[in-house]
Amino acid sequence: MGPFLLVTIQIDLYDRLALNLEADLVQKVHQTGARGVLIDISAVSIVDSFMGRILGNIASMTRVLDAETVVVGMQPAVAITLIELGLSLKGVHTALDVERGMALLQTKLDLDYEMADDDADDIE
Amino acid sequence: MASSVSQLLKSNKARLLDLWIQKQLASENLRDDLMTNDELRGQSEDLIGALTKNITEENIDQVESNQFDEVFEILSGISLARAQQGFTPRETGLYIFSLKEAILELLQQEIKDTGELLTAVLKINRLLDSLGVVTFETFIKGREEVILRQTEEISDISTPVIQIWEGILALPIIGTLDSSRTQVVMESLLQKIVDTGSSIAILDISGVPAVDSLVAQHLIKTVSATRLMGAECIISGIRPEIAQTVVHLGIDLSNIVTKASLASALKHAFAMNRMVVRRLEVEKKTF
Amino acid sequence: MLMTLSKDSMSITREQDLVPFRNRVKEAAVKIGMGIVNQTKLITAASELVRNMFRYAGGGEVLIEIVSKGRESGVRLTFADKGPGIANLDLAMQDGYSTGKSLGLGLPGAKRLVNEFDLKSTVGQGTTVMILKWKNG
Repeated sequence: MGPFLLVTIQIDLYDRLALNLEADLVQKVHQTGARGVLIDISAVSIVDSFMGRILGNIASMTRVLDAETVVVGMQPAVAITLIELGLSLKGVHTALDVERGMALLQTKLDLDYEMADDDADDIE
Repeated sequence: MASSVSQLLKSNKARLLDLWIQKQLASENLRDDLMTNDELRGQSEDLIGALTKNITEENIDQVESNQFDEVFEILSGISLARAQQGFTPRETGLYIFSLKEAILELLQQEIKDTGELLTAVLKINRLLDSLGVVTFETFIKGREEVILRQTEEISDISTPVIQIWEGILALPIIGTLDSSRTQVVMESLLQKIVDTGSSIAILDISGVPAVDSLVAQHLIKTVSATRLMGAECIISGIRPEIAQTVVHLGIDLSNIVTKASLASALKHAFAMNRMVVRRLEVEKKTF
Repeated sequence: MLMTLSKDSMSITREQDLVPFRNRVKEAAVKIGMGIVNQTKLITAASELVRNMFRYAGGGEVLIEIVSKGRESGVRLTFADKGPGIANLDLAMQDGYSTGKSLGLGLPGAKRLVNEFDLKSTVGQGTTVMILKWKNG
C-alpha cells in the first residue's frame, strides 16, 4: 500500500471499538511510517458526536506523526446530519471515494516537497 | 294535522330530487364542463337518499346528533371532490343551498297551514345551514390539500441539480431559501454529487431575492455539508445589494469561494480541475 | 391529537446495547416510511442521548413509540434514567458545554436534529428526555 494506509469501516461501531480503532491506527502509522491514512466510511450509516470526535482525533494524532488523514465516502444523509448536529470535522480532509482520496494525499505529499506547510484545503 | 316534515320528505323523495335537479340544471352556475349531468344526478340522489333515510321528527332540530353522520360524510366527500375538481366556492355553496330551495318549495306545496309551514321552514333552515357550514369547511380543507401538494411539487421542481461539465454541478436557486427548502436542496445536491462523482458544485443565487443572516446560514450549511462529502462549493450570482447586506449583517463568507456570475464560477471550477477553455486560432484567409 | 400506534421498550445497561438499540429505532422509522435523511437524524440524536444516559447515569430505559397526529406519523423516543440529574438545564443545552470530557454537542445537537425535544431533570433523582421526529419533519 505504498506510503498510505487504508481503513474500511464496515460496521456501526460502538464506543469501545471506535477507541480501539483510534489506538490501532496510530500504532500502525508509527510502525509503517505511512504518510497518509484513508478512512473509508461509505458503509457507515451513523456518525454521532463521539464518532466524529474519534475521526478528528485520528486526524490530529496522525498529523503529529507526519501523516495526513482523509475521510472518504461519507453518505449524504450522514453529512447533512453532522452539519445539523454542529460538527464540521475541522482539520479532517475529505474526498468522495478512495481513488480521489489517494489523489488528494498524493498532491499533499508532492506539495510537501515543494513548499512548507499548507493547510489551505482544511475543512472549516 | 298534516304529516310531519320528515315523513313528507321521505315520501316525496323522488319529487324532491327532480325539483332539485331542475334547479341545478336551470342555474347559470351549472358546470357541465366539470361534471356530467348524470354524475350530478347520482351525487344528488346519494345525498337526498342519506338525508331522507336518517331524518326523523325527533332529530330534525338536533343537527349535532350522530344520526346525521352519514349525511355529513357524503356531503364532505362531495365538497372535497369539488374543491379538487376546480369548482368555485360559490358553485359549491349554491349546490347545497339549492337543495334548501327545493325542500322549501316542496314544503310550500304540501303544507297549507301557515303556522305549520313556518315551523317546518325554520327547522329545515337550521338543518340545511349547518350542512352549508360543513360544505365550506371541507371545501376549504380540500383546497388546502391542493395547495399543500403544489407546494411540495414546487419545492421539488425548483431545485434542479444540473451537471454542466464532467465533475462540475450547478444548482440555480430560485426564490427564498428557508430551512425546509435548504433540506431539499442539500439532499438533492449531495445525492447528485455521489451519483455523478462530481467534486465541484456551483450554487447560483441570482434568483434569491434577498440574503439575510438566516439564508446565509442555510447557504453556509449547504457548503459545509458538501465539503464533508469531499466536494468543493462555489457560490455565484452575488448581486451588489447582496454583497452590501452580507457585510452590513456581519455575515462571514470568507471561507467560501464567491463569484459574481455563473460564468466566472465555471471558469474558477475549470481552473480547480486544471482545465482551460480557449478559442481556436482560425487562420485568416485572404480572398 | 397525538395517538400512540405502537410501543416498545428497551433497557440500556451496557455499551454494546448501543448498536442493537439503533437498529430498533431504525426499524420503527422504516415502518412508517421515514426518508433516509430524517432516519439518520433521528438515530444520531438517539445515539447522543443514549450515550449521555450511559455516561452520566450508567444506563436506563428507552421507550420507542410510533405516534400519529392528523395525517403525520412519527417516532417518539423517551429516555429515562435514575442518574444524578442535571443541575443547570440552560447550561446543559448550550453548545460546547460539558461536565464530562465530550464535545458538549449531545443535548443541543440532538435537539437540532428532531422536531420536538423535552428535557426534565431532578437533581438526585434522574433525567427524562423525550424526542419526536415526524416522518416528513
